[in-house]
Amino acid sequence: MKHILKILVNNHPGVMSHVSGLFTRRSYNIDSIAVGVTQDSEISNMVIVVKGDDSVVEQVKRQLLKLPDVIDVEDLAYHDCISRELVLVVVKVEDSNRTEIISICEVFQAKIADLTKTTMTIEFSGNTRQVEHFMEMMQKYGIQEIARTGQIALKYRST
Amino acid sequence: MPKTEAKISGARLMVELLEEYGVDIVFGYPGGAILPFYDELYKSTKIKHILVRHEQGAIHMAEGYARSTGKLGVCIATSGPGATNLVTGLTDAKLDSVPILAITGQVATNAIGTDAFQEADIYGITIPITKYNALIKSADDIARHFQEATLVALGGRPGPVLLDFPKDVQTELTSIRKVDKLKIDSRHYQKPPIGGDLDSFAAALNKAKRPLLYVGGGAINANASKEIRELAEKGNIPVTTTLMGIGAFPGTHQLSVGMLGMHGTAYANKAVLECDYILNLGARFDDRVAKPGEFAENAVRAHIDIDTAEFNKRVSVDYLLHGDLKEVLKALIPKVNKVDRPEWVGFLDTLKKNHPLEFDDSTDTIKPQGFLQKLYEKSKGKAIVSTDVGQHQMWAAQYYLFEEANRWLTSGGLGTMGYGLPAAIGAKFGNPNKTVICVSGDGSIQMNIQELATIAMYKKGVKILIFNNNFLGMVRQWQELFYEERFSESEWNYNPDFVKLGEAYSIKGLRIANKSEIDKALEFFLEDDDARILEVMIPAEEKVFPMIPAGKSQKDMIEFSDTVRAGKK
Repeated sequence: MKHILKILVNNHPGVMSHVSGLFTRRSYNIDSIAVGVTQDSEISNMVIVVKGDDSVVEQVKRQLLKLPDVIDVEDLAYHDCISRELVLVVVKVEDSNRTEIISICEVFQAKIADLTKTTMTIEFSGNTRQVEHFMEMMQKYGIQEIARTGQIALKYRST
Repeated sequence: MPKTEAKISGARLMVELLEEYGVDIVFGYPGGAILPFYDELYKSTKIKHILVRHEQGAIHMAEGYARSTGKLGVCIATSGPGATNLVTGLTDAKLDSVPILAITGQVATNAIGTDAFQEADIYGITIPITKYNALIKSADDIARHFQEATLVALGGRPGPVLLDFPKDVQTELTSIRKVDKLKIDSRHYQKPPIGGDLDSFAAALNKAKRPLLYVGGGAINANASKEIRELAEKGNIPVTTTLMGIGAFPGTHQLSVGMLGMHGTAYANKAVLECDYILNLGARFDDRVAKPGEFAENAVRAHIDIDTAEFNKRVSVDYLLHGDLKEVLKALIPKVNKVDRPEWVGFLDTLKKNHPLEFDDSTDTIKPQGFLQKLYEKSKGKAIVSTDVGQHQMWAAQYYLFEEANRWLTSGGLGTMGYGLPAAIGAKFGNPNKTVICVSGDGSIQMNIQELATIAMYKKGVKILIFNNNFLGMVRQWQELFYEERFSESEWNYNPDFVKLGEAYSIKGLRIANKSEIDKALEFFLEDDDARILEVMIPAEEKVFPMIPAGKSQKDMIEFSDTVRAGKK
């Protein structure tokens, strides 16, 4: 099962190595990792998506809390948070299918960020399922390059 | 807020911080990148520096000092190779929860990352093997890092910390000597409040008919010996300890069943099988003790630990309490019923009688087990004993009994050969009036034998016992039992003459090979407070029993009597 861990850490160099090293050393599988500074410039927010059953994730949390630079760890349940991932994808384009791709992008509300005679670079953001779905649609045109950010997530405030 | 005072160099500040903290002894080895610090150390009248022959020796000495005194152990090394030589010791201290502060020199900040001479990314290298580490980038940060490092090293579950100290930061001036606001959370150094339900925990213990205490190294770190004894005696609960927990409960106490695990006593391992309740006090269900799914499977399992990451890590438990062991036990004991358990205690007494530690003592050759029994008697069980790793370590754990904590120094988690000699030296510096004995083997002793020079230089009366079988004994034992006697690279006939080697360092020595020589040899060994080397020749085929093969459980224990019955010795 997938878990989204929201980890607040001190914002200074080396913290990322401490955290990711902990995962490597214990061979926990990271699906994605995204880091950004919070409203407090001294503190960063790391979002790590990790696979494993509840006991594995509990162990991950406890090990993380032992690191002096880790301030807090929260296990966000999928149904309880807004998660987004940004993807940039370059697909092959031919005159015959350009309109088709553009109309798919419209349906998905994806942005066309760059266009050449033979390629189209598309920007799309959504939750993991939407991203996977979008990528699946693009597959048939021939994907040349992908850049994905990994998921970021926040808890729903509404009850 | 930082106090404004006259500016001093980073190196001067570091020395003053160590002095203010109360550090009076450090173990180290100088080199280019740490010279400004050594220059300030030279001027210090409060800190004694012990010059070692290898940085690994320095950190194991700091470990021996820390474990025998309960204080912080401090070691110093230069950058690059000096720092990387600390890696084994840091890992050792991490696995055995020993509070160590390592200070390493680093190339100047503007050279960091350029593959400069004697540069190593020791910060990166030591991330997984320290509790806390930092590269000090400015002299203004020294005070904060020092406070954080020392607090973390000793706080909660103790462990090693490392401060990497670039040469230009050592000479940079600063006025910041103390910092009020630390970046790390107080949970890393303050005693946690007791977590868990004391009442239901106590109720489960009170319901047990055949309870057993399983005591680990955490009991020694928490200084909880008194409380453990109180709990055991109040509830008449037998006590077994791990290798790391030896000394936390008196080895001669009627309720003691000795060590459990791979080479634990038969009665301790059988007690684990028979108990209906097992209470883990500061141990970690280590793989040399507990097989997940099979450990005390018929018992209610309970665990008290300061490190929540140890809960349900390898073995799942029914009851747990989080906190400082001493504090938790203080709160728990009043809730525990006073009970006599004549049946259960009597059962274990019978087990002790019927399944004692055994060896064949019928020949004239010296058996290490018998020798250690004699050593125990002659030293009246009062010595601080350090060991290396292998058969001698297990025999010492089995046959030398300890009444008190902090007298048994062994590399439990990492199993570091080369630990024993420097650890003994560190312990002797911390306990100048006590007898300190290093029990080693011909293999182990050679891993840090250069520290004989440190003994000679400081005239430290460390007693070095070497069991010599011209083999890597434990490797041989496994090869004999599990690899059809293919002794791949475990035999060696190229040992030095250990007695002569000692003489080269002005350390008196003696070699014996016959049982009749033991008494005189021990007299020579222990007669005064001078260093001695005693080389004891033992048969190569001697094995450590009982034994639970790796990955097996208490049910698969092989006893000495089993091998006798099978016609093997």
